[in-house]
Amino acid sequence: MADSNRDIEALANREYKYGFVTEIDSETLPRGLNEEIVRAISERKTEPEWLLEWRLKALRHWLGMTEPSWPNVRHPPIDYQDIIYYSAPKQKARLENLDQVDPELLATFEKLGISLEEQKRLSGVAVDAVFDSVSVATTFKDKLAELGIVFCSFSEAVQSHPELVQRYLGSVVPYTDNYFASLNSAVFSDGSFCYIPAGVRCPMELSTYFRINAANTGQFERTLIVAEPNSYVSYLEGCTAPMRDTNQLHAAVVELVALERAQIKYSTVQNWYPGDKDGKGGIYNFVTKRGACRGRGSKISWTQVETGSAITWKYPSCILQGDDSVGEFHSVAVTNHHQQADTGTKMVHIGKNTRSTIISKGISAGRGQNTYRGLVKVQKGAEGARNFSQCDSLLLGDRCGAHTFPYIEVKNPTAKVEHEATTSRIGEDQIFYCNQRGISTEDAVTLIVNGFCKEVLSELPMEFAVEARNLLGISLEGSVG
Amino acid sequence: MLEIKGLKARVEDKEILRGIDLAIRAGEVHALMGPNGSGKSTLANVLAGREDFEVTAGTVTYDGADLLACSPEERARKGIFLAFQYPVEIPGVNNTYFLKAALNALREARGEPELDSVDFLQLVRERVKLVGLDETLLQRPVNAGFSGGEKKRNEIFQMAVLEPRFAILDETDSGLDIDALRSVADGVNRLRSPARAMLVVTHYERLLEYIVPDFVHVLHQGRIVRSGGKELARELEERGYAWLDGASRNGRSAAPAEKSAARKSKG
Ligand SMILES: Nc1ncnc2c1ncn2[C@@H]1O[C@H](COP(=O)(O)OP(=O)(O)OP(=O)(O)O)[C@@H](O)[C@H]1O
Ligand SMILES: [Mg+2]
Repeated sequence: MADSNRDIEALANREYKYGFVTEIDSETLPRGLNEEIVRAISERKTEPEWLLEWRLKALRHWLGMTEPSWPNVRHPPIDYQDIIYYSAPKQKARLENLDQVDPELLATFEKLGISLEEQKRLSGVAVDAVFDSVSVATTFKDKLAELGIVFCSFSEAVQSHPELVQRYLGSVVPYTDNYFASLNSAVFSDGSFCYIPAGVRCPMELSTYFRINAANTGQFERTLIVAEPNSYVSYLEGCTAPMRDTNQLHAAVVELVALERAQIKYSTVQNWYPGDKDGKGGIYNFVTKRGACRGRGSKISWTQVETGSAITWKYPSCILQGDDSVGEFHSVAVTNHHQQADTGTKMVHIGKNTRSTIISKGISAGRGQNTYRGLVKVQKGAEGARNFSQCDSLLLGDRCGAHTFPYIEVKNPTAKVEHEATTSRIGEDQIFYCNQRGISTEDAVTLIVNGFCKEVLSELPMEFAVEARNLLGISLEGSVG
Repeated sequence: MLEIKGLKARVEDKEILRGIDLAIRAGEVHALMGPNGSGKSTLANVLAGREDFEVTAGTVTYDGADLLACSPEERARKGIFLAFQYPVEIPGVNNTYFLKAALNALREARGEPELDSVDFLQLVRERVKLVGLDETLLQRPVNAGFSGGEKKRNEIFQMAVLEPRFAILDETDSGLDIDALRSVADGVNRLRSPARAMLVVTHYERLLEYIVPDFVHVLHQGRIVRSGGKELARELEERGYAWLDGASRNGRSAAPAEKSAARKSKG
């Protein structure tokens, strides 16, 4: 009835729940990007000389590059000289536990629904919360330290484990890799570092929450995870950003290294501010995520639920170097209103009998544009390599779009590569059928959407799966009329 | 329980229901018959709240309240159930999970607590036997890839679990084998009670041998042109609907004003 249409409108126009700004004194460098800024960042963080050099090399390389134009997304030009590259909450001393954290910060986390206290006590999740550019609290570190696991902010790792950082930084995503990765390499401010020693199975999910707070700051964080032979770690990354008028740039780099028979499971639930219903504001999310399966029998799985960002440009990838190594990519990407997503994966088969699986679920609503772009590359020596890809698109309404670009390059005749794709639409008759059984339109959409992506959601750790389900509901509110 | 007065409805520019008057009291079973395209499903859908049809005149009261002002889900929560002529497939959504969501939505509306999984599964097991639905269908997506008969049985199974107060069965008997027909009839008869009512749309007198109706109505060109007892169904079975064109003009139940409208649209 007409009434339900009005309700839907109201829901659609509901504001982004996480759109608040925290008033905290922050120390901010001037706008713009040049060697001075890079030196200043490095100095603020009392970094060793080699790291400064690395940043400068990245900057010089970046200055000679041009922004990629191939992703299937549109945005006004980004003025890189108008961005603040470093903003850190002012803090007097290093923090040892939560009690020392600025109460304003903690209140912010409460609003985000991630009470560190609760998580610490109830779920056994160790959280390294990144607030703008500096990591404010790391929990469970002691317990992890007993096992020899290092889980800390990136800047801390630079101080405490410089040899590990130097050895692996840029080894998966070199500073020359691409425009946004080079930019990140020059100016990254913080991030997370995680090291699992040989034979250790990390007993809890490691989790980081990123949140972008200060206006006009790009956030450039850097994550490095190294899993020594026969180790296992599951890592969760969750993101939210406050509401702003201007788009904020987010160019992160994530590097994973899995050695012999090691397993890394990396899960992301991303609900950055997508912009309002007219497409104003929102985060530009240009991220480079790559994992290297270096050792025989190693495994890396990426699971992502992307509901936020104005523009997402992201291809978590696996380099399957070790024989018998396994790469997985499970993705749900939602675009509503004017959101644009160009996401997918790259699976590069180098070792023998390497296997990869790609499950991509794209959901488009409103005027959202959802693009899957995937590359499966089988190199000459990859005897017996196998890939299975499945890309499904679900459309809500008729003004949105779904696009699939699978690229396949096979240089070994023994390889088997399979690709399946489907497109479906939520029909009014389906909604009416649900309504007639007493289920509201909102719940019906959630039901259908969850059904559509259940293979991916089932890959998420329990707590995250619940959050992801709710997020899917919220981000699609008002998309069926 | 349900009172329809002067109901007219159209889709796009086509008038399909052209003045329906029908009163259904609690405890009664009414059968609705009539040729293809006469508007039976349209009436069923209008009662269930489908938006494609625009109500242009008339009223429908249910339990004394205006039914047309309610959204489809509100109607469902007031106990109205439609067994669809063409049940809809919902790929990816587990049949049992769907039904649980439906039942709990209805219970919530009635102020009852959610049924937990154990109790729900017990209920499902009992009802699935009752309507003779293949149990493997419970774990499949709603209606997806079900055979025609399986879809119809699934509708009756849902009805048996949701226990509506007013059920509309739109040709639930079409496409059913003899055994299924019996299960459907059993399902319906089990639900019959002084507090409930039913509107059964069918083309076949055979169903009405199992579900004995209190009244039979004939819909023709958007009007109820004849009403009677169960013997009317037999008469239709023998005579077909050809005589209706005359009946419609003679207007055995149509009001005079509408009669002239009918003539106008013919000429
Ligand atoms: N969405 C629609 N658009 C156009 N015409 C419609 C629409 N829905 C129904 N009609 C028309 O309305 C008339 C009545 O259809 P309805 O489905 O109610 O008939 P019915 O009595 O249920 O027939 P059957 O016995 O074949 O099921 C038909 O002529 C049909 O073509
Ligand atoms: Mg019909």
